[in-house]
Amino acid sequence: MEQKTKVSAEDGKQELFITREFDLPLDLVFRAFSEPAIIEQWMSNPYSNARLLKFEAKKQGAYQLETTDAQGKITFRANGVIHEFDPGIKITRTFEMEGTPYGVQLEVYKFEKLSDDTSRLIMHVIYESVAQRDEVLKLPFAKGINMAHDRLQEILSKLN
Amino acid sequence: MNLRRDVFQAIADPTRRAILLLLASQAMTAGAIAANFDTARPTVSKHLQILTECELLEQEQNGREIYYHLNPAKMKEIADFIEPFRKMWDDRFNKLEAIMKNYKNK
Repeated sequence: MEQKTKVSAEDGKQELFITREFDLPLDLVFRAFSEPAIIEQWMSNPYSNARLLKFEAKKQGAYQLETTDAQGKITFRANGVIHEFDPGIKITRTFEMEGTPYGVQLEVYKFEKLSDDTSRLIMHVIYESVAQRDEVLKLPFAKGINMAHDRLQEILSKLN
Repeated sequence: MNLRRDVFQAIADPTRRAILLLLASQAMTAGAIAANFDTARPTVSKHLQILTECELLEQEQNGREIYYHLNPAKMKEIADFIEPFRKMWDDRFNKLEAIMKNYKNK
């Protein structure tokens, strides 16, 4: 089956591309990247609640994102500066995970109309080094292990 | 995690990737592998050593000859490397799509 979201990360390069085709008109896809309340919704999942502490959708604007777990504990904070905010076309921004050694990444989001009801997003992410890109790529994997570990802790604590 | 990083360094080299490709269909001796490359035999041996050290290849003694073959489990690990990252974005974008479909009819 054709995957709707594709990640292409060539060996030895400090960049990657995330491509997604949406069954949505272009304006709705762009809106999902423009309105804080909507961004918070799709960035959240059953384990993690996302909240935008700051979001200035304009050139030289800044943003800050925070995620909390089910207990309301802060699990993650990231921030960046917006360099370009061109509705329906392009967003260029930086992204930095606070208090981590992963550095600052440059992100270019390009929005394309495919038909009246479909569109494509191409995210080009550039890291400081190849090593840093590969470390970031491993993150969700490490998180999965942590989540399994936390679950184990939870079960064990109930036994005590 | 160190071992994992080594695996990705190992496959970053084009000759080593070519060796893996060559061994995908059959087990081969170092001599037979080297015959496929213009590079000097010791260079190929070095590549085989690196691939073996990070467990992408396994050695098997067959009489007087040592055959190299792929370690499927380790190869799968490489294939799966990007998958959790892709899945995370796929989940987010699926959710985005579902949310925005509600706006479509308004």
